[in-house]
Amino acid sequence: MLRRKRWLFALMAILPTLAIFAWVRVYPIWETLRLSVHKWDILSKNKPFIGMANFQELFRDRLFIEALTNTAIIAFGVLLVTIPLSLVLAALIHYRSRSRLAAFYETSVFIPHVVSLVPAAMAWKWIFDAKLGPLNALLTFVGIEPQAWLFDPVLSIICVIVLCSWQALGYAVLIYLVGFKSLPVSLYEAAKLDGASGPQSFWFLSIPMLKPITLYVSVVTLVSGFNVYAQAYVLASDAQGAPGRQVRVLVLDMLENSFRNYRVGYAASEAVVLLLIVLLLTLVQFGLLRDKGGRA
Amino acid sequence: MSDRLANPGRLRQIVIERLIDIVLLVFGCLMLLPLVFLVSNGFKTPQEILAWPPTIIPANPTLANFQAVLADTPLLRWIGNSLLFAVLSSLSILATSAIAGYILAKFQFRSLTVVFIVILATAIVPFEVYMIPLYFQAQALGLLNSVWGMLLGYLVMSFGIFLIRQNAIHSIPDELIEAARIDGAGEFWIFLRIVLPLLRGALGALGVLAFFQAWTAFAWPLIVASRAESYTIEVGLALFQTGFTVDLGRLSAASAVVLIPSITLFVILRKNFVQGIASTGLKE
Repeated sequence: MLRRKRWLFALMAILPTLAIFAWVRVYPIWETLRLSVHKWDILSKNKPFIGMANFQELFRDRLFIEALTNTAIIAFGVLLVTIPLSLVLAALIHYRSRSRLAAFYETSVFIPHVVSLVPAAMAWKWIFDAKLGPLNALLTFVGIEPQAWLFDPVLSIICVIVLCSWQALGYAVLIYLVGFKSLPVSLYEAAKLDGASGPQSFWFLSIPMLKPITLYVSVVTLVSGFNVYAQAYVLASDAQGAPGRQVRVLVLDMLENSFRNYRVGYAASEAVVLLLIVLLLTLVQFGLLRDKGGRA
Repeated sequence: MSDRLANPGRLRQIVIERLIDIVLLVFGCLMLLPLVFLVSNGFKTPQEILAWPPTIIPANPTLANFQAVLADTPLLRWIGNSLLFAVLSSLSILATSAIAGYILAKFQFRSLTVVFIVILATAIVPFEVYMIPLYFQAQALGLLNSVWGMLLGYLVMSFGIFLIRQNAIHSIPDELIEAARIDGAGEFWIFLRIVLPLLRGALGALGVLAFFQAWTAFAWPLIVASRAESYTIEVGLALFQTGFTVDLGRLSAASAVVLIPSITLFVILRKNFVQGIASTGLKE
């Protein structure tokens, strides 16, 4: 009787949240999956089932392949910059955690992660600007040829990677700092007694012991890298209004297909590809974690 | 004797510590430099923006850029929209996470496990994957171009539910709830008077996190809002900067108007924020 009453309370209390979840999460996710195997061009009433045709077309679509390649380069580029840099930074900040400036170190790397994306991207756009930007001015000053950073196909992708890394770094440092705080102090003291230097204990103790955290941060960084959009959007137009080079990324291609070409079913199949990539990365993370747990 | 032996080692350590301090100090300043320049450009005359090397403190500070931006764009309206969106989103996320997190932590029923699995499974799916069908839901409800439409995507946060559930498991003793029940307290009273106060710290962290998440949202507000008066500040700025007549000073001024309050807010709420973000990494 009492148990039944409690069960009723639990049910009534969780029902509103569950309903919202079903409405704004489960249903649209299901719709994405469903639309991806249908042909739906907003203007037409019927949505015929076309099986895998959208996906087959995707892999012959030059723009989609370009978007997928760019997005993958950006995601892995950000990963390669962020992980080593944040690991070293976190180690140094942790080493100096008793310093009076410790709060400044932490906050200064973290602020780029929290500030609004568009204004921050604007700052970088000015830095990269071919005519007005300080980067080219600096290059000229030291005698290097100025570059059209936001117009060159390769350089514009590098610009996106720089901007995304600048933002991702703070999060990675913060998570690593939590990791460093959880490492046993006694182990480092033992290593020190055995004559290990600071860099040695960093290399042989910290890095292996922080592996699960590295795995976690890597997956988070990659997943958010694959969802990159705003950064490419803002950098793509020149400060004077002249369009820069559009860095075609997955989300941009998806929105264009849906809202400019009115091919919603086709855009949904792109979303499904994005979902599969994210699922794959998550599975790899869990697989590697379990693998490690099994051996330990 | 031992002092003298320790001295060279101690000296070496101090030198290393100072070197690390310098590296971190320089790096921290470099991280902030783009933002510092952006704010300072907002106060510069067009000639000074082009000057090399760029100045950090403007020689002839001017408010002309700010006046021009406020005259050209509904900047304050955009900030108002963003504030309303972020506050409503935080409130909704706090309410749903507090209740669902507590129920999932403290009530052992098989049916609830199913609920938890559903929430867990959808948590992996990035927002970008289902944002297009969600757009059509908002359209069907007639919510496009409104804060309510934007809110549709930011009503719940899976991570928020996990965070509160984790906190409830660790910080609310079962005995406390049982004792209240024996004293005849109703379930709702227990939630309101015993559970909520104990979750205050976690809810504070989650609230700050949810606020910044909505405040910095971009893709979703961009597709939901297509009229200038319903833009959020992020969308408004992004579209404003594509205009042909916009110069750098005005763009920087508009950005500074957004950056200064949000950085101030962050520095004030830093502890809450860091606690919230740090707990994202501690899911296991």
